[in-house]
Amino acid sequence: MTTTEPTSERIKKYLLEGKRFDKRGLFDFREIKIEKNVSKKAEGSVRVKIGKTEVIVGIKLDVAAPYPDSPDKGNLMVSADMLPLSSPRFELGPPKFESIELGRVTDRGIRESGFIDFEKLCIKKGEKVWTVFVDIYSINDDGNLMDAAAMGAIAALRLARIPKYDEETGKVIYGEYENESLPLKEDSPVSISIHKIGNSFVVDPTREEEDLSECRVTLTTYEGAISSMQKSESEALTIDEIKKIFDISEETSKKILKEIEKKIK
Amino acid sequence: MERKVVIPGEVIIEGEDYLPGEHTEKRNGQIISIRYGLAEEQNNLIKVIPLSGVYSPRRGNVVIGKVENINSNGWFVDIGSADSAFLSINEVPRYVNKDAMEEVFKIEDILIAKIWSIGKRGIDLSIKLRGLGKIDEGIIFKVNPHKVPRIIGKEGSMIKIIKDETGCDINIGQNGLILIKGPTIDSELYAKNAINFVAEKSFVNGLTEELTKWLKENKK
Repeated sequence: MTTTEPTSERIKKYLLEGKRFDKRGLFDFREIKIEKNVSKKAEGSVRVKIGKTEVIVGIKLDVAAPYPDSPDKGNLMVSADMLPLSSPRFELGPPKFESIELGRVTDRGIRESGFIDFEKLCIKKGEKVWTVFVDIYSINDDGNLMDAAAMGAIAALRLARIPKYDEETGKVIYGEYENESLPLKEDSPVSISIHKIGNSFVVDPTREEEDLSECRVTLTTYEGAISSMQKSESEALTIDEIKKIFDISEETSKKILKEIEKKIK
Repeated sequence: MERKVVIPGEVIIEGEDYLPGEHTEKRNGQIISIRYGLAEEQNNLIKVIPLSGVYSPRRGNVVIGKVENINSNGWFVDIGSADSAFLSINEVPRYVNKDAMEEVFKIEDILIAKIWSIGKRGIDLSIKLRGLGKIDEGIIFKVNPHKVPRIIGKEGSMIKIIKDETGCDINIGQNGLILIKGPTIDSELYAKNAINFVAEKSFVNGLTEELTKWLKENKK
Protein backbone atom coordinates (compact mmCIF):
# COMPACT_ATOMS: atom_id res chain seq x y z
CA MET A 1 0.00 0.00 0.00
CA THR A 2 1.29 3.46 -0.80
CA THR A 3 1.71 5.99 1.96
CA THR A 4 -1.70 7.22 3.04
CA GLU A 5 -2.70 10.84 2.85
CA PRO A 6 -2.99 11.50 6.61
CA THR A 7 0.47 9.97 7.16
CA SER A 8 1.90 12.04 4.29
CA GLU A 9 0.76 15.23 5.96
CA ARG A 10 2.41 14.16 9.20
CA ILE A 11 5.70 13.38 7.41
CA LYS A 12 5.73 16.75 5.63
CA LYS A 13 4.93 18.63 8.82
CA TYR A 14 7.68 16.79 10.67
CA LEU A 15 10.18 17.47 7.87
CA LEU A 16 9.51 21.19 8.15
CA GLU A 17 10.67 20.93 11.76
CA GLY A 18 13.83 19.31 10.39
CA LYS A 19 12.97 15.89 11.76
CA ARG A 20 12.30 12.49 10.24
CA PHE A 21 10.24 9.54 11.43
CA ASP A 22 13.32 7.40 12.07
CA LYS A 23 15.15 10.14 14.00
CA ARG A 24 17.71 10.77 11.25
CA GLY A 25 18.79 14.20 10.10
CA LEU A 26 17.54 15.34 6.69
CA PHE A 27 20.89 14.63 5.04
CA ASP A 28 21.83 11.46 6.91
CA PHE A 29 21.96 8.02 5.37
CA ARG A 30 20.74 4.94 7.12
CA GLU A 31 23.33 2.36 8.17
CA ILE A 32 25.26 1.07 5.17
CA LYS A 33 26.43 -2.53 5.07
CA ILE A 34 28.52 -4.01 2.28
CA GLU A 35 29.05 -7.75 2.06
CA LYS A 36 31.79 -8.77 -0.36
CA ASN A 37 31.91 -11.66 -2.87
CA VAL A 38 28.42 -13.08 -2.35
CA SER A 39 28.43 -14.94 -5.67
CA LYS A 40 30.98 -17.62 -6.53
CA LYS A 41 30.54 -17.49 -10.29
CA ALA A 42 30.70 -13.74 -10.72
CA GLU A 43 34.00 -11.98 -11.28
CA GLY A 44 33.07 -9.64 -8.47
CA SER A 45 29.91 -9.23 -6.41
CA VAL A 46 28.53 -7.42 -3.41
CA ARG A 47 25.40 -7.26 -1.33
CA VAL A 48 24.64 -3.69 -0.27
CA LYS A 49 22.21 -2.85 2.50
CA ILE A 50 21.05 0.65 3.29
CA GLY A 51 18.76 0.19 6.26
CA LYS A 52 16.23 -2.37 5.02
CA THR A 53 16.92 -1.70 1.34
CA GLU A 54 19.01 -4.45 -0.16
CA VAL A 55 20.58 -5.02 -3.59
CA ILE A 56 22.96 -7.57 -5.05
CA VAL A 57 25.34 -6.46 -7.79
CA GLY A 58 27.41 -8.86 -9.84
CA ILE A 59 30.11 -8.26 -12.44
CA LYS A 60 30.66 -10.62 -15.35
CA LEU A 61 33.31 -10.25 -18.04
CA ASP A 62 33.34 -11.53 -21.57
CA VAL A 63 35.29 -10.95 -24.75
CA ALA A 64 33.34 -9.43 -27.63
CA ALA A 65 33.70 -7.19 -30.62
CA PRO A 66 33.89 -3.44 -29.85
CA TYR A 67 31.32 -0.93 -31.02
CA PRO A 68 32.26 0.66 -34.39
CA ASP A 69 32.52 4.15 -32.86
CA SER A 70 34.97 3.03 -30.18
CA PRO A 71 37.17 0.32 -31.74
CA ASP A 72 39.86 0.55 -29.06
CA LYS A 73 37.61 0.70 -26.04
CA GLY A 74 35.97 -1.93 -23.89
CA ASN A 75 32.20 -2.14 -23.53
CA LEU A 76 30.06 -1.55 -20.47
CA MET A 77 26.57 -2.91 -20.04
CA VAL A 78 24.52 -2.16 -16.96
CA SER A 79 21.17 -3.80 -16.42
CA ALA A 80 18.88 -3.62 -13.43
CA ASP A 81 16.12 -6.01 -12.43
CA MET A 82 13.54 -5.09 -9.87
CA LEU A 83 12.58 -8.51 -8.62
CA PRO A 84 8.99 -9.14 -7.48
CA LEU A 85 10.32 -10.60 -4.22
CA SER A 86 11.67 -7.21 -3.22
CA SER A 87 8.37 -5.36 -3.19
CA PRO A 88 4.68 -6.06 -3.84
CA ARG A 89 4.83 -3.22 -6.38
CA PHE A 90 7.19 -4.96 -8.77
CA GLU A 91 5.89 -7.53 -11.20
CA LEU A 92 7.40 -9.99 -13.63
CA GLY A 93 7.43 -9.16 -17.28
CA PRO A 94 9.19 -6.73 -19.57
CA PRO A 95 11.26 -4.13 -17.67
CA LYS A 96 9.28 -1.13 -16.48
CA PHE A 97 10.29 2.51 -16.61
CA GLU A 98 11.75 2.44 -13.08
CA SER A 99 14.05 -0.50 -13.64
CA ILE A 100 15.29 0.84 -17.00
CA GLU A 101 15.98 4.19 -15.33
CA LEU A 102 17.81 2.49 -12.48
CA GLY A 103 20.14 0.73 -14.91
CA ARG A 104 20.62 3.77 -17.11
CA VAL A 105 21.44 6.19 -14.33
CA THR A 106 23.92 3.76 -12.80
CA ASP A 107 25.46 3.20 -16.23
CA ARG A 108 25.84 6.91 -16.85
CA GLY A 109 27.33 7.45 -13.41
CA ILE A 110 30.09 4.95 -14.09
CA ARG A 111 30.66 5.82 -17.75
CA GLU A 112 30.71 9.60 -17.57
CA SER A 113 32.96 9.77 -14.52
CA GLY A 114 35.71 7.93 -16.40
CA PHE A 115 36.01 5.54 -13.47
CA ILE A 116 36.87 2.64 -15.79
CA ASP A 117 39.77 3.10 -18.19
CA PHE A 118 38.08 1.53 -21.21
CA GLU A 119 41.15 1.78 -23.43
CA LYS A 120 42.97 -0.68 -21.21
CA LEU A 121 40.17 -3.19 -21.77
CA CYS A 122 41.08 -3.47 -25.44
CA ILE A 123 42.67 -6.78 -26.47
CA LYS A 124 42.96 -6.23 -30.21
CA LYS A 125 41.89 -2.97 -31.74
CA GLY A 126 38.69 -3.22 -33.75
CA GLU A 127 38.31 -6.92 -33.08
CA LYS A 128 38.36 -7.98 -29.48
CA VAL A 129 37.68 -6.09 -26.31
CA TRP A 130 36.47 -6.96 -22.81
CA THR A 131 32.80 -6.34 -22.11
CA VAL A 132 31.92 -5.53 -18.53
CA PHE A 133 28.44 -6.62 -17.49
CA VAL A 134 27.05 -5.04 -14.35
CA ASP A 135 23.89 -6.76 -13.15
CA ILE A 136 21.83 -5.20 -10.42
CA TYR A 137 19.15 -7.15 -8.56
CA SER A 138 16.90 -5.64 -5.94
CA ILE A 139 16.34 -7.96 -2.98
CA ASN A 140 14.31 -5.66 -0.77
CA ASP A 141 12.93 -2.22 -1.52
CA ASP A 142 12.64 0.18 1.37
CA GLY A 143 13.37 3.27 -0.69
CA ASN A 144 16.50 4.65 -2.36
CA LEU A 145 17.31 1.70 -4.61
CA MET A 146 19.04 4.22 -6.86
CA ASP A 147 21.90 5.02 -4.48
CA ALA A 148 22.18 1.43 -3.28
CA ALA A 149 22.56 0.23 -6.88
CA ALA A 150 25.25 2.80 -7.68
CA MET A 151 27.09 2.01 -4.46
CA GLY A 152 26.92 -1.71 -5.23
CA ALA A 153 28.14 -1.25 -8.80
CA ILE A 154 31.20 0.70 -7.68
CA ALA A 155 32.02 -1.77 -4.89
CA ALA A 156 31.58 -4.78 -7.17
CA LEU A 157 33.78 -3.24 -9.88
CA ARG A 158 36.48 -2.66 -7.29
CA LEU A 159 36.39 -6.34 -6.31
CA ALA A 160 36.20 -7.73 -9.84
CA ARG A 161 39.14 -9.57 -11.38
CA ILE A 162 39.82 -10.29 -15.02
CA PRO A 163 39.66 -14.00 -15.88
CA LYS A 164 42.29 -15.70 -18.04
CA TYR A 165 41.88 -15.34 -21.78
CA ASP A 166 43.23 -17.90 -24.21
CA GLU A 167 44.25 -15.98 -27.31
CA GLU A 168 44.66 -19.06 -29.49
CA THR A 169 41.23 -20.56 -28.98
CA GLY A 170 39.64 -17.19 -28.30
CA LYS A 171 37.92 -18.46 -25.19
CA VAL A 172 37.70 -17.00 -21.72
CA ILE A 173 38.74 -19.42 -18.98
CA TYR A 174 36.32 -18.62 -16.19
CA GLY A 175 37.32 -19.50 -12.67
CA GLU A 176 41.02 -18.86 -13.32
CA TYR A 177 42.33 -15.40 -12.71
CA GLU A 178 45.56 -13.65 -13.42
CA ASN A 179 45.04 -11.68 -10.27
CA GLU A 180 44.49 -8.60 -12.31
CA SER A 181 41.75 -6.23 -11.28
CA LEU A 182 39.86 -3.99 -13.65
CA PRO A 183 41.63 -0.81 -14.83
CA LEU A 184 39.94 1.55 -12.38
CA LYS A 185 40.82 5.02 -11.20
CA GLU A 186 41.98 5.68 -7.68
CA ASP A 187 38.90 7.70 -6.73
CA SER A 188 35.36 6.31 -6.72
CA PRO A 189 32.33 8.13 -8.08
CA VAL A 190 29.47 8.52 -5.60
CA SER A 191 25.83 8.78 -6.49
CA ILE A 192 23.49 10.73 -4.25
CA SER A 193 19.76 11.16 -4.89
CA ILE A 194 18.13 14.21 -3.41
CA HIS A 195 14.37 14.20 -3.04
CA LYS A 196 12.04 17.12 -2.69
CA ILE A 197 9.20 16.42 -0.28
CA GLY A 198 6.87 19.35 0.29
CA ASN A 199 9.26 22.23 0.82
CA SER A 200 12.05 20.12 2.26
CA PHE A 201 14.98 18.28 0.73
CA VAL A 202 16.08 14.89 1.99
CA VAL A 203 18.53 12.16 1.04
CA ASP A 204 18.11 8.41 1.40
CA PRO A 205 14.31 8.30 1.81
CA THR A 206 12.53 5.25 3.18
CA ARG A 207 9.73 3.74 1.10
CA GLU A 208 7.22 5.79 3.08
CA GLU A 209 9.05 9.02 2.27
CA GLU A 210 9.90 8.13 -1.33
CA ASP A 211 6.18 7.82 -2.07
CA LEU A 212 5.82 11.52 -1.33
CA SER A 213 8.80 12.57 -3.39
CA GLU A 214 7.77 15.27 -5.84
CA CYS A 215 11.10 15.47 -7.53
CA ARG A 216 14.31 13.49 -7.47
CA VAL A 217 17.72 14.62 -8.64
CA THR A 218 20.47 12.00 -8.82
CA LEU A 219 23.95 13.45 -8.93
CA THR A 220 27.14 11.48 -9.44
CA THR A 221 30.17 13.23 -8.03
CA TYR A 222 33.65 12.25 -9.08
CA GLU A 223 36.80 13.88 -7.74
CA GLY A 224 34.73 16.69 -6.33
CA ALA A 225 33.02 17.54 -9.63
CA ILE A 226 29.59 16.55 -10.89
CA SER A 227 29.95 14.03 -13.67
CA SER A 228 26.35 13.10 -14.33
CA MET A 229 22.89 14.15 -13.34
CA GLN A 230 19.34 12.89 -13.72
CA LYS A 231 16.13 14.59 -12.75
CA SER A 232 13.01 12.50 -12.34
CA GLU A 233 9.35 13.07 -11.54
CA SER A 234 7.31 15.95 -12.87
CA GLU A 235 7.80 18.73 -10.31
CA ALA A 236 9.87 21.70 -11.49
CA LEU A 237 12.76 23.24 -9.57
CA THR A 238 13.87 26.86 -9.27
CA ILE A 239 17.49 27.88 -9.82
CA ASP A 240 17.94 28.47 -6.09
CA GLU A 241 16.67 25.00 -5.36
CA ILE A 242 19.11 23.48 -7.85
CA LYS A 243 21.94 25.37 -6.16
CA LYS A 244 20.82 24.04 -2.82
CA ILE A 245 20.78 20.52 -4.23
CA PHE A 246 24.38 20.94 -5.40
CA ASP A 247 25.42 22.01 -1.92
CA ILE A 248 23.67 19.06 -0.30
CA SER A 249 25.20 16.67 -2.80
CA GLU A 250 28.71 18.03 -2.25
CA GLU A 251 28.46 17.69 1.50
CA THR A 252 26.79 14.28 1.57
CA SER A 253 28.90 12.66 -1.15
CA LYS A 254 32.12 13.39 0.75
CA LYS A 255 30.73 11.70 3.84
CA ILE A 256 29.41 8.69 1.93
CA LEU A 257 32.57 8.27 -0.15
CA LYS A 258 34.65 7.92 3.00
CA GLU A 259 32.21 5.40 4.42
CA ILE A 260 32.13 3.27 1.26
CA GLU A 261 35.89 3.26 0.82
CA LYS A 262 36.37 2.15 4.39
CA LYS A 263 33.95 -0.71 3.82
CA ILE A 264 35.35 -2.12 0.60
CA LYS A 265 38.99 -2.07 1.62
CA MET B 1 1.91 -27.77 27.72
CA GLU B 2 4.04 -24.69 27.36
CA ARG B 3 3.63 -22.27 24.51
CA LYS B 4 6.15 -22.91 21.71
CA VAL B 5 7.01 -21.90 18.16
CA VAL B 6 6.14 -24.57 15.60
CA ILE B 7 6.64 -24.95 11.86
CA PRO B 8 4.33 -26.70 9.35
CA GLY B 9 4.52 -30.46 9.76
CA GLU B 10 5.91 -30.34 13.27
CA VAL B 11 4.35 -32.66 15.83
CA ILE B 12 3.01 -30.49 18.61
CA ILE B 13 1.92 -33.21 20.99
CA GLU B 14 1.15 -36.91 20.96
CA GLY B 15 -1.67 -38.81 22.58
CA GLU B 16 -5.40 -39.26 22.38
CA ASP B 17 -6.11 -36.77 25.18
CA TYR B 18 -5.89 -33.80 22.88
CA LEU B 19 -8.12 -32.32 20.20
CA PRO B 20 -6.91 -30.47 17.10
CA GLY B 21 -7.95 -26.81 16.97
CA GLU B 22 -7.30 -23.99 14.53
CA HIS B 23 -4.46 -24.50 12.05
CA THR B 24 -3.72 -28.01 13.28
CA GLU B 25 -4.51 -31.51 12.06
CA LYS B 26 -4.70 -34.92 13.71
CA ARG B 27 -2.71 -37.67 12.02
CA ASN B 28 -2.05 -41.11 13.53
CA GLY B 29 -2.69 -39.90 17.02
CA GLN B 30 -0.36 -36.95 16.65
CA ILE B 31 -1.35 -33.32 16.51
CA ILE B 32 0.49 -31.61 13.69
CA SER B 33 0.79 -27.92 12.94
CA ILE B 34 -0.11 -26.76 9.44
CA ARG B 35 1.11 -23.19 9.92
CA TYR B 36 4.19 -21.44 11.24
CA GLY B 37 3.23 -19.97 14.58
CA LEU B 38 2.76 -20.35 18.31
CA ALA B 39 1.20 -23.57 19.58
CA GLU B 40 -1.11 -23.25 22.58
CA GLU B 41 -3.20 -25.57 24.69
CA GLN B 42 -6.54 -24.70 26.22
CA ASN B 43 -8.73 -27.37 27.88
CA ASN B 44 -7.00 -30.13 25.88
CA LEU B 45 -7.61 -28.23 22.65
CA ILE B 46 -4.42 -27.50 20.71
CA LYS B 47 -4.34 -24.48 18.44
CA VAL B 48 -1.72 -22.55 16.52
CA ILE B 49 -1.61 -18.78 16.30
CA PRO B 50 0.05 -18.09 12.94
CA LEU B 51 2.99 -15.66 12.87
CA SER B 52 3.04 -15.07 9.11
CA GLY B 53 0.80 -14.97 6.08
CA VAL B 54 -1.86 -12.64 4.70
CA TYR B 55 -4.94 -11.38 6.47
CA SER B 56 -7.93 -13.72 6.42
CA PRO B 57 -11.08 -11.67 7.04
CA ARG B 58 -13.68 -12.66 9.63
CA ARG B 59 -17.18 -11.39 10.30
CA GLY B 60 -17.20 -8.62 12.89
CA ASN B 61 -13.60 -7.54 12.33
CA VAL B 62 -12.87 -3.84 12.43
CA VAL B 63 -10.49 -3.00 9.57
CA ILE B 64 -8.76 0.01 8.06
CA GLY B 65 -8.79 0.30 4.28
CA LYS B 66 -8.26 2.55 1.32
CA VAL B 67 -10.93 3.45 -1.24
CA GLU B 68 -9.89 1.97 -4.57
CA ASN B 69 -12.88 2.51 -6.81
CA ILE B 70 -16.39 3.93 -6.82
CA ASN B 71 -19.56 2.78 -8.55
CA SER B 72 -23.14 4.01 -8.26
CA ASN B 73 -23.90 1.69 -5.32
CA GLY B 74 -20.90 2.24 -3.15
CA TRP B 75 -17.15 2.10 -2.73
CA PHE B 76 -14.57 -0.64 -3.27
CA VAL B 77 -12.12 -0.73 -0.41
CA ASP B 78 -8.69 -2.36 -0.29
CA ILE B 79 -8.31 -4.01 3.11
CA GLY B 80 -5.33 -6.18 2.25
CA SER B 81 -7.28 -9.42 1.88
CA ALA B 82 -7.53 -11.66 -1.17
CA ASP B 83 -11.16 -10.66 -1.79
CA SER B 84 -12.10 -7.07 -2.39
CA ALA B 85 -14.34 -5.37 0.12
CA PHE B 86 -17.39 -3.30 -0.72
CA LEU B 87 -19.03 -0.52 1.26
CA SER B 88 -22.61 -0.04 0.09
CA ILE B 89 -24.33 3.36 0.36
CA ASN B 90 -26.98 1.61 2.49
CA GLU B 91 -24.35 1.06 5.12
CA VAL B 92 -23.45 4.74 5.37
CA PRO B 93 -25.40 6.49 8.13
CA ARG B 94 -26.13 9.67 6.17
CA TYR B 95 -27.77 10.81 2.96
CA VAL B 96 -25.65 10.04 -0.09
CA ASN B 97 -26.18 11.90 -3.32
CA LYS B 98 -25.55 9.34 -6.04
CA ASP B 99 -24.28 12.04 -8.39
CA ALA B 100 -21.67 13.19 -5.92
CA MET B 101 -20.29 10.06 -4.33
CA GLU B 102 -16.84 11.68 -4.02
CA GLU B 103 -18.21 14.07 -1.44
CA VAL B 104 -18.56 11.20 1.00
CA PHE B 105 -15.47 9.13 0.13
CA LYS B 106 -13.14 9.74 -2.76
CA ILE B 107 -10.49 7.44 -4.17
CA GLU B 108 -7.41 7.21 -1.89
CA ASP B 109 -9.48 8.10 1.19
CA ILE B 110 -8.75 6.02 4.26
CA LEU B 111 -11.60 4.68 6.32
CA ILE B 112 -12.21 2.49 9.30
CA ALA B 113 -15.07 0.01 8.87
CA LYS B 114 -16.53 -3.21 10.19
CA ILE B 115 -17.00 -6.41 8.23
CA TRP B 116 -20.68 -7.27 8.55
CA SER B 117 -20.83 -10.16 6.13
CA ILE B 118 -18.62 -12.37 4.03
CA GLY B 119 -20.37 -13.93 1.10
CA LYS B 120 -19.59 -15.50 -2.24
CA ARG B 121 -19.47 -12.11 -3.92
CA GLY B 122 -16.94 -10.74 -1.53
CA ILE B 123 -16.74 -8.85 1.72
CA ASP B 124 -19.34 -6.29 2.77
CA LEU B 125 -18.35 -3.42 5.02
CA SER B 126 -20.40 -1.13 7.23
CA ILE B 127 -19.70 2.16 8.96
CA LYS B 128 -23.00 2.31 10.83
CA LEU B 129 -21.39 2.13 14.26
CA ARG B 130 -19.78 4.78 16.45
CA GLY B 131 -16.11 5.42 15.76
CA LEU B 132 -16.24 4.16 12.19
CA GLY B 133 -15.87 6.31 9.09
CA LYS B 134 -13.32 8.42 7.31
CA ILE B 135 -9.86 9.00 8.81
CA ASP B 136 -8.73 12.60 8.44
CA GLU B 137 -5.47 12.68 10.34
CA GLY B 138 -2.95 10.57 12.16
CA ILE B 139 -0.16 8.17 11.35
CA ILE B 140 -1.17 4.97 9.60
CA PHE B 141 1.22 2.06 9.31
CA LYS B 142 1.11 -1.66 8.71
CA VAL B 143 2.11 -4.55 10.91
CA ASN B 144 1.78 -8.27 10.31
CA PRO B 145 -1.97 -8.96 10.78
CA HIS B 146 -1.21 -12.12 12.76
CA LYS B 147 0.52 -10.05 15.41
CA VAL B 148 -2.56 -7.91 16.04
CA PRO B 149 -3.92 -10.11 18.88
CA ARG B 150 -0.56 -9.85 20.64
CA ILE B 151 -0.48 -6.06 20.23
CA ILE B 152 -3.95 -5.77 21.72
CA GLY B 153 -3.13 -8.22 24.51
CA LYS B 154 -5.52 -10.04 26.82
CA GLU B 155 -8.68 -7.92 26.99
CA GLY B 156 -6.76 -5.00 25.58
CA SER B 157 -4.12 -4.94 28.32
CA MET B 158 -1.09 -4.41 26.07
CA ILE B 159 -2.58 -1.60 24.02
CA LYS B 160 -3.90 0.07 27.18
CA ILE B 161 -0.35 0.35 28.54
CA ILE B 162 0.78 2.03 25.31
CA LYS B 163 -2.27 4.32 25.20
CA ASP B 164 -1.82 5.42 28.82
CA GLU B 165 1.93 5.94 28.46
CA THR B 166 1.86 7.90 25.19
CA GLY B 167 -1.46 9.71 25.55
CA CYS B 168 -2.37 8.73 22.00
CA ASP B 169 -5.61 7.45 20.60
CA ILE B 170 -4.90 4.14 18.86
CA ASN B 171 -7.20 2.30 16.46
CA ILE B 172 -6.12 -1.15 15.42
CA GLY B 173 -7.56 -2.73 12.31
CA GLN B 174 -7.61 -6.53 12.36
CA ASN B 175 -6.00 -6.43 8.91
CA GLY B 176 -2.80 -5.06 10.40
CA LEU B 177 -3.25 -1.38 9.67
CA ILE B 178 -2.94 0.80 12.72
CA LEU B 179 -4.01 4.41 13.17
CA ILE B 180 -2.40 6.59 15.82
CA LYS B 181 -3.69 10.02 16.68
CA GLY B 182 -1.97 11.98 19.39
CA PRO B 183 -1.32 15.48 20.71
CA THR B 184 2.11 15.76 19.02
CA ILE B 185 3.90 13.94 16.22
CA ASP B 186 6.60 12.93 18.70
CA SER B 187 4.08 11.15 20.90
CA GLU B 188 2.59 9.43 17.87
CA LEU B 189 6.01 8.13 16.84
CA TYR B 190 6.66 7.01 20.41
CA ALA B 191 3.45 4.95 20.24
CA LYS B 192 4.33 3.63 16.77
CA ASN B 193 7.75 2.46 17.91
CA ALA B 194 6.21 0.84 20.99
CA ILE B 195 3.78 -1.10 18.81
CA ASN B 196 6.58 -2.16 16.47
CA PHE B 197 8.53 -3.31 19.52
CA VAL B 198 5.62 -5.52 20.60
CA ALA B 199 5.15 -6.86 17.05
CA GLU B 200 8.84 -7.76 16.81
CA LYS B 201 8.93 -9.50 20.17
CA SER B 202 5.50 -11.12 19.87
CA PHE B 203 6.80 -14.60 20.71
CA VAL B 204 8.59 -13.57 23.93
CA ASN B 205 7.17 -14.68 27.27
CA GLY B 206 6.53 -11.91 29.78
CA LEU B 207 6.24 -9.27 27.09
CA THR B 208 4.25 -6.89 29.29
CA GLU B 209 7.23 -6.37 31.61
CA GLU B 210 9.58 -5.96 28.64
CA LEU B 211 7.28 -3.36 27.15
CA THR B 212 7.10 -1.36 30.39
CA LYS B 213 10.90 -1.46 30.53
CA TRP B 214 11.17 -0.35 26.89
CA LEU B 215 8.70 2.49 27.43
CA LYS B 216 10.72 3.74 30.40
CA GLU B 217 14.02 3.57 28.49
CA ASN B 218 12.72 5.35 25.42
CA LYS B 219 10.76 8.04 27.14
CA LYS B 220 12.00 11.52 26.49
